[in-house]
Amino acid sequence: MSTATFRIWRGDAQGGEFREYPAEVSEGMVVLDALLQIQARHANDLACRWNCKAGKCGSCSAEVNGIPRLMCMTRLSQIPLDQPVTIEPLKAFPVVRDLATDLSWNYRVKKKIKPFKPRPPDAADGTWRMAQEDVDRVQEFRKCIECFLCQDVCHVLREHHQHEKFIGPRFLVYTAALEMHPLDTEDRLPELKQAHGVGLCNITKCCTKVCPEDITITDNAIIPLKERVVDEFYDPLGWLAKQARNALKR
Amino acid sequence: MPDYETVEHDVLIIGSGGAGLRAAIEASAAGVSVGMVSKCLLGKAHTVMAEGGIAAALANVDDRDNWKVHFADTMRGGQYVNNWRMAELHAKEAPDRVRELEAWGAVFDRTPDGRILQRNFGGHKYPRLAHVGDRTGLELIRTLQDRGVHRGIDVHMEVCVIELLQDGGRVIGAFGYDRERGKFRIFHAKAVVLATGGVGKAYKITSNSWDCTGDGHALAYHAGAALIDMEYLQFHPTGMVWPPSVCGMLVTEGVRGEGGILTNKDGKRFMFDHIPDNYKAQTADNEEEGWRYTQGDKKARRPPDLLTRDHIARCIVREIKEGRGSPHGGVFLDISWIKQRISNAEEHIRRKLPSMYHQFKQLGDVDITREAMEVGPTTHYIMGGVKVDADTEMSTMPGLFAAGECAAGINGANRLGGNSLSDIIVFGKRAGEFAAKFAKGNKAGQINAAQVEEAAQRALEPFSRNVTAGAGFEGPYQVQFDLQEMMQNLVGIVRREDEILRALDGLQRLNARAQRVGVTGHRQFNPGWHTALDLRSLLTVSEAIARAALERKESRGAQFRDDFPNKDTALGRESVVIRKGANGSMQVNREPLPEMPEHLKQVIDEMK
Ligand SMILES: Cc1cc2nc3c(=O)[nH]c(=O)nc-3n(C[C@H](O)[C@H](O)[C@H](O)COP(=O)(O)OP(=O)(O)OC[C@H]3O[C@@H](n4cnc5c(N)ncnc54)[C@H](O)[C@@H]3O)c2cc1C
Ligand code: SF4
Ligand code: SF4
Ligand code: FES
Repeated sequence: MSTATFRIWRGDAQGGEFREYPAEVSEGMVVLDALLQIQARHANDLACRWNCKAGKCGSCSAEVNGIPRLMCMTRLSQIPLDQPVTIEPLKAFPVVRDLATDLSWNYRVKKKIKPFKPRPPDAADGTWRMAQEDVDRVQEFRKCIECFLCQDVCHVLREHHQHEKFIGPRFLVYTAALEMHPLDTEDRLPELKQAHGVGLCNITKCCTKVCPEDITITDNAIIPLKERVVDEFYDPLGWLAKQARNALKR
Repeated sequence: MPDYETVEHDVLIIGSGGAGLRAAIEASAAGVSVGMVSKCLLGKAHTVMAEGGIAAALANVDDRDNWKVHFADTMRGGQYVNNWRMAELHAKEAPDRVRELEAWGAVFDRTPDGRILQRNFGGHKYPRLAHVGDRTGLELIRTLQDRGVHRGIDVHMEVCVIELLQDGGRVIGAFGYDRERGKFRIFHAKAVVLATGGVGKAYKITSNSWDCTGDGHALAYHAGAALIDMEYLQFHPTGMVWPPSVCGMLVTEGVRGEGGILTNKDGKRFMFDHIPDNYKAQTADNEEEGWRYTQGDKKARRPPDLLTRDHIARCIVREIKEGRGSPHGGVFLDISWIKQRISNAEEHIRRKLPSMYHQFKQLGDVDITREAMEVGPTTHYIMGGVKVDADTEMSTMPGLFAAGECAAGINGANRLGGNSLSDIIVFGKRAGEFAAKFAKGNKAGQINAAQVEEAAQRALEPFSRNVTAGAGFEGPYQVQFDLQEMMQNLVGIVRREDEILRALDGLQRLNARAQRVGVTGHRQFNPGWHTALDLRSLLTVSEAIARAALERKESRGAQFRDDFPNKDTALGRESVVIRKGANGSMQVNREPLPEMPEHLKQVIDEMK
């Protein structure tokens, strides 16, 4: 069994520092294993979030050697262990303590997005008919585990702190999932353009790169939303044509 | 009493998994004010991990299905010690609850004619599990969460309840701390719903998430409510066994539903050797028929790889014990073999089982489209829990309700896969409905300042024990690990009186150690402190499991006693009930099961 060194950020909203801890490394270990080992042996009060340890809940997000990742899905074999492994909290959100950040902004943003509003049921038994190929795209978006890694990496939030003007990639994906839901009848385009700031995204695709669920955030969600906004607000003829096309599709 | 922050709600829900969310939505629809507390962040509860699907007799894939078949399957799977009324309500109401999820935005996989697709699962006679690939739990929790946030429910995230408050035998609120700041909070409510999930973290090898520490079971017990069926703990037959860091992580039964087969090191499909008598008539006796079943042939019977979990787990243990296991101490589960049968097998596997593909590739260096997985049993689900009234989910204490995994009755001695996600929405809804009704009919109780103060003192004690000075104090983690190790070894899949007695002895020592656990640091977001507080729940449920397992001198469903390997008809008519005695020690009793009415007995006979 070998040993590796972990440089972990310890501190709170007032400030903090990196501290080094050793961890024994065994086959198959992930970063979260090392962290929990350190917590049990050397730093009982080391704050971090985790729930499932299976890549399903999106709780264990942190920056490992500067890259936003799920700690429970990052194998130690994927990172160099001959130098200390740096673990820091997400940067786009205020620190609570150590690796735990205050994510409440995300929950507030979600509440502002208009909820699902289905059309009346198609069938007498109160249900709908939807073809698999019509829900494939929405299912892609609904894979999201709300790890907020994409929020963390997006420069609009991370560097420019536009939290009041921009809902971030996660909630653009969420809006896209609602907008492209075959049953949904709500219109979210006006606020998408204004309060939710879809225009602030300049398609750097950093969000897509970090998504642990491999959601093609930019190409499949954000760009189509941008197109819809453009069609709706700048191009009445195009908008009409699109409505007609959509009607035909139904 | 110091000035703790107090919040008032008509109904307080403890837990934000599927059961808690569904209860909160229903209670708020009834027009009462609702608060929901949760140890974790919203949307992260254990429910998010569920993979295979939700069992409901929608009959979308096989029109022979209906509530009666689902009811009979559930009772057979539970070895007929289920609460029949709960099994009946569950089978009847699950389809509406699933359709409701769709109306709230859930997007299930579709049948060719555009309805909700259903898949095969162990112990279900027909394809019955509505699903979304292998991430059904995520779909369920997200749908309920997104619906819930628009309904004016007050969500107290990362708040952990450590005590139920009482007023003359009635539960009138709860007391807890918020993890972020470590401050205490009083929740004053007219009715309280426990929806705290399972107990998997009492064991070393488990599929469960961090928050499954049996808090609800323990809270109810210490408040004086009865627990039943605690001996019935489900070990899922297929958890990952290698590498050590992921040992116990679940491999969904959906793998077998899609045609995956269990083999030993000789490549033999050992499940064909041991088909229990009460399943013989409906189980395939050859590989060909089993394969046709998984591919939707309605005339075929299901392969023995899809027998109930208790049985398969024991067969796997036997293969391993007798030296026919896999290199890392499991057996093989192979889905890649289906390429012999279908042309686009690799893509098919990736599409049907995306998270399994990902999980093995990422964490185990195994490509399941090409090679077999290694699997072994993992602690998965507790059938036992708070005893509730079948219709209202009220516990034996007025004002206290329970739903989901922390409540007992629906599953009997063994739960069928898929029956938990349906359970949590069926009984979550009912708990919310009746808790709201109770809240409307009862005034708020009086908070007992002494009870609050005692709980606060108890919670803060670990800070007064200085671990670093080495005066016989220790940190919380080692006590937790030793407990998990001991429960794994002594009260596991195969149980014996002498081992259980040793476990009870060990629990006494662990209890003493827990009294001397100290924590470092301060109260803000301090996992060491949280772990110290969780110990009380873990020790309580462990003792309840061990005592109930000792009391049931027979083998039935998930309870397998090496020293009593057969069923005992008389014991099959009773449930083991656990209560806190007047002197504070754990009391074990047996009480008769409710008698099933004739018309339901007939249903069971018809489906034999
Ligand atoms: C890997 C895996 C896959 C599964 N797949 C399936 C499947 O395909 N089909 C199926 O039917 N079932 C499945 N199950 C079982 C099913 O997921 C669970 O039984 C079910 O989700 C339990 O839901 P719940 O609402 O009762 O509790 P949980 O989802 O466990 O929620 C418990 C909640 O209570 C909170 N809590 C606990 N203690 C406290 C406290 N003291 N104070 C405040 N809050 C507290 C927790 O934070 C959490 O929010 C699976 C289980 C696992 C582990
Ligand atoms: S593509 Fe847009 S949303 Fe994604 S990181 Fe870049 S700017 Fe942010
Ligand atoms: S879109 Fe991807 S990266 Fe963003 S929150 Fe969801 S899962 Fe995480
Ligand atoms: S702990 Fe759930 S995603 Fe890592």
